[in-house]
Amino acid sequence: MKEQLERLRAAALAEIGNTEDLSALDAVRVRFLGKKGEITGILKQMGKLSPEERPVMGQMANAVRQAVEDAIENASDALKAKQKALRLEAETLDVTMPGTPVQKGHRHPLSIVLDEVKEIFIGMGFSIADGPEVEWDYYNFEALNIPEGHPARDTQDTFYITEKMLLRTQTSGCQIRYMENHKPPIRMIAPGRVFRSDPVDATHSPLFHQIEGLVVDKNITMADLKGNLLTLAKKLYGEDTQIRLRPHHFPFTEPSCEIDVSCFRCHGKGCPMCKNEGWIEILGAGMVHPKVLERGGIDPEEYSGFAFGLGVERLAMFRFNVDDMRLFYENDARFLKQF
Amino acid sequence: MDLSRRWLSDYVDISGISDKEFADRITLSGSKVESYAEEGAGLKNIVVGQILTLDRHPDSDHMWITTVNVGADAPLQIVTGAQNLQVGDYVPVALDHSTVHGGKEIVAGKLRGVESNGMLCSLGELGLTVHDFPYAIEDGIFVLGEDCDRTPGRDIREATGLDDTVTEFEITPNRPDCLSIIGLARETAVTFGKTLKLPNATYGTCGENVRDYLHDVTIHDNEKCYRYAGAVVKNVRIAPSPKWIRERLRACGVRPINNIVDITNFVMLEYGQPMHAFDLRYLDGGVVNVRTANEGERITTLDGEDRELSPEMLVIADANKPVAVAGIMGGEYSGIMDDTTTVVFESACFNGVSVRKTAKKLGMRTESSGRYEKGLDSDGCRRSLDRALSLVALLDAGDVVDGVIDVYPNPKAQTVLDFCPDWVNNFIGISVDADEQKQILEALDFEVRDGKIYVPSFRGDVEHKADISEEVARFYGFDKIATRDLSGAAAGGFNEQQKFENLMTGACIALGCSEVATYSFVSPKVYDRICLPKDSPYRKNIVISNPLGEDTSVMRTTALPSMLDVVARNYNNRNLKEAFFELAKVYHPRGTEELPYEQLTLVLAEYGEGATYYTLKGKVEALLETAGVTEYDVLPMKTAASYHPGRTAVITVDGKELAILGEVHPDVLENYGVGTKVYAAQIDFDYLYQIKNTVRVYRHLPRFPALTRDLAFVVDRNVPVLTIEKLMKAAIGDILEKIELFDVYEGVQVGPFKKSVAFSLTLRGHDRTLTDEEANAATNRAVNAAASVGAILRA
Repeated sequence: MKEQLERLRAAALAEIGNTEDLSALDAVRVRFLGKKGEITGILKQMGKLSPEERPVMGQMANAVRQAVEDAIENASDALKAKQKALRLEAETLDVTMPGTPVQKGHRHPLSIVLDEVKEIFIGMGFSIADGPEVEWDYYNFEALNIPEGHPARDTQDTFYITEKMLLRTQTSGCQIRYMENHKPPIRMIAPGRVFRSDPVDATHSPLFHQIEGLVVDKNITMADLKGNLLTLAKKLYGEDTQIRLRPHHFPFTEPSCEIDVSCFRCHGKGCPMCKNEGWIEILGAGMVHPKVLERGGIDPEEYSGFAFGLGVERLAMFRFNVDDMRLFYENDARFLKQF
Repeated sequence: MDLSRRWLSDYVDISGISDKEFADRITLSGSKVESYAEEGAGLKNIVVGQILTLDRHPDSDHMWITTVNVGADAPLQIVTGAQNLQVGDYVPVALDHSTVHGGKEIVAGKLRGVESNGMLCSLGELGLTVHDFPYAIEDGIFVLGEDCDRTPGRDIREATGLDDTVTEFEITPNRPDCLSIIGLARETAVTFGKTLKLPNATYGTCGENVRDYLHDVTIHDNEKCYRYAGAVVKNVRIAPSPKWIRERLRACGVRPINNIVDITNFVMLEYGQPMHAFDLRYLDGGVVNVRTANEGERITTLDGEDRELSPEMLVIADANKPVAVAGIMGGEYSGIMDDTTTVVFESACFNGVSVRKTAKKLGMRTESSGRYEKGLDSDGCRRSLDRALSLVALLDAGDVVDGVIDVYPNPKAQTVLDFCPDWVNNFIGISVDADEQKQILEALDFEVRDGKIYVPSFRGDVEHKADISEEVARFYGFDKIATRDLSGAAAGGFNEQQKFENLMTGACIALGCSEVATYSFVSPKVYDRICLPKDSPYRKNIVISNPLGEDTSVMRTTALPSMLDVVARNYNNRNLKEAFFELAKVYHPRGTEELPYEQLTLVLAEYGEGATYYTLKGKVEALLETAGVTEYDVLPMKTAASYHPGRTAVITVDGKELAILGEVHPDVLENYGVGTKVYAAQIDFDYLYQIKNTVRVYRHLPRFPALTRDLAFVVDRNVPVLTIEKLMKAAIGDILEKIELFDVYEGVQVGPFKKSVAFSLTLRGHDRTLTDEEANAATNRAVNAAASVGAILRA
């Protein structure tokens, strides 16, 4: 019997080793360990043994059964692992194929730049104001020290609706409207559309966007103007950006200046972008004219302020290296989707 | 304003200052340089030569062989086709490898077999005209006169005075005084710390009295003419001006004509005061009347145009007729001619606004009107007139008659301001002591004494202490002002409306729409293009009185046409499938006494593969959800202009229209040349803002299980799904969590004019697990409710 058990163990293990799939393995299990299995058969014969032989043989038979069961389980695990590996292998994709396209929306480049400027000023405690685009002559010109017949009206060819109503040529009128409704301290920017009778070309448009800025408080000086707009320049173009103030004239500020930033491409060395000057003009600014403060209902002896204006299209053209302003209003998806 | 460096140097010493340094520093002190260029910069290697020999070319009937002394060891042999040369003439010689005007290169070569080592040049080849050298001829070699440096070998630019530098300034409208050489010389002097030397304006007269010739001058309109000064020059000797005048005029872009005309232009450029000269012969009655034009009066101006004048226009008239449009242009016949013998010189000051309006109305802006428009200094008239008369004497262009008729009824009061250096320092944020401020102001010809500042008459722009602060600041240096950060906290940020705009535009982008930006003005034809009825209130719009063209002549009352333009452009550019949005303003007129209502509308459009009415509606629903608007009605709209009658809906809230959405009408698409279906929505953004609810409060996630029941009905096809949904919703009550339409079918199985609609109901109790009985009862209520519109439960 002992020999018989040894033989069965060897035979079973050999067969288990040869099985290639789970059903064959199951057949092996049935043949050796099933109810009518060969090892089961031996165990059934235990009763015929002498009491002395019985425990010895019983122990041995159980050991053989255990060994075969273990071998079957191991083989089963291995076969299952192999099968899973095959299945996964069969599921292989070409992972280099493109993903399913998603229709993604894009913010307009002008809005992107506008958002950026708003964020910078909000960070410095500014509010955002608005004003009508169809405006009274009073707010667009008169209140800003540009009376009827003033030559500055010539430099901003104006679209008129009636003698007194026009399309605003600048966002500066928002200064007056804001001062009429707010007491100092004032820190505001007013972005918006403005209109001038300029025929369309690569750098002109009868409609464009400006951002007006106004700060009014006690003891505001040109040093504050410089500091504030230097911060803007650095946030827009990087920490090493410098600004340069050139005296200029705006009827509603005095002194007035135009502000250049050091060229963000060549850093002042001179390149086509800055026309070899090393500087690029981005802003007009100045100390709010005392008469303008007065018209806004603010006492110029107690308060002073500075104001500035910048063109959004110009900023966007520099930011994105766009060389033709018309692209912003043509809205070709191939253009819009680049931003 | 073009500035001649040579001319500038007459009044201020700028030797040793390079053109670039000059441009940079004067820009930073407030006179902005646009560009600067050397005259004759394109001319290379052209020198003065003297003709030594002149022989006929043996093989040509018109060419000459010359030998020319160009200051070198040996004379050069040059072949020329010109016929105006003589031995001994001095001529411009373009040497081997030289460049003439226009960039043409000259190299040595052979002409009909004879060696030619260069080229003799005409005026044109130097970029000059006979106006610059009246004694030269146009189609021949330029034979240099005595007014040139005729040293053989001398560079031609130096020899002819074509070596000036011209600097172009952008002069701001507040500084008409800087539209002059003297004005810029003053700025230059203060910028570089030099002394300003003013020109001589003294002259001798031939006696007699001005009134013997010019009997009287009368100003009839003191509002439009502040001052009129006239003088007379007799025995006028018309001749070309000397070279020093001609070259200064040329550099400033003015064509030399003759001594008298050149003097008026010279003084205008020098002092910024326009001058005019009349031939006394044509001044009827020998009088000048400065008056407004009579109705229907006409004048032929110097440019040969016959012009009709209107009664608000100021003219210079004699006893009978206008002889000039005041401050703008003279009359043709009263101008200076070769046989003119007696001349009236005018130096006057006119109202800038009046000149501007007249010039605009007549469509003629001149050097003169451009200056008057900015408001000239009436005190300067006499000085300029004296300067002109001194030039007449200097050039011996005539005999100056004694006396000037100077009508100046209301002399301008001098502006006097307080001298307050501390205020200036505090305002600018600098500390420049009083002495230094005084120095700057005095250098600019302000007088400072006894705590007062006396403003020079030519600085009409200075009328407030803030203006004084600018003078101090710009010469102290804007670059020396410190930078300071704003101090103190301030509560900034977006307001409620701006936050909502950001939220909604962000949502549009998340829904796959790209933002567009379109013009606010459109063509009045767009209303036809979008098939608006003739009586539509949207046709009532704001009209621009002076538009650039019809395409941009009215303010839009709807942003749909702008969006359709965008769609059409993209469709034509083969962008096959796109979705766009714009948060656009539209403008509704409210009469002439009130500004229009500027309404914000949110416009969406999509087209291309996969786009349907329902994909668009899905976007609109998502936007409403973003805005927190959940209670709204959707009604089919058969009569919306611009939209498909069967595929359009309006969304209303509380009975008021919030949005319209649908397929764009095929007629409209045809008008826009779009060959594919386009779906568009217009949302009243102002109303949406009013009813928005963006406050979010957490609701518990469900604690009890839901039960679902599917119901399919057969119903007439024209019964809207929303009607059935609403009925079921009302019938079931608050245990209804969701109704989902999951199938719609039309076909033979359901019969003609019928449709099958299938809903999935999700039922849930917020405080308990629903029983089957409750769910079934609710379902029965729904089925009964649906039956009221003829919906029959499918077996």
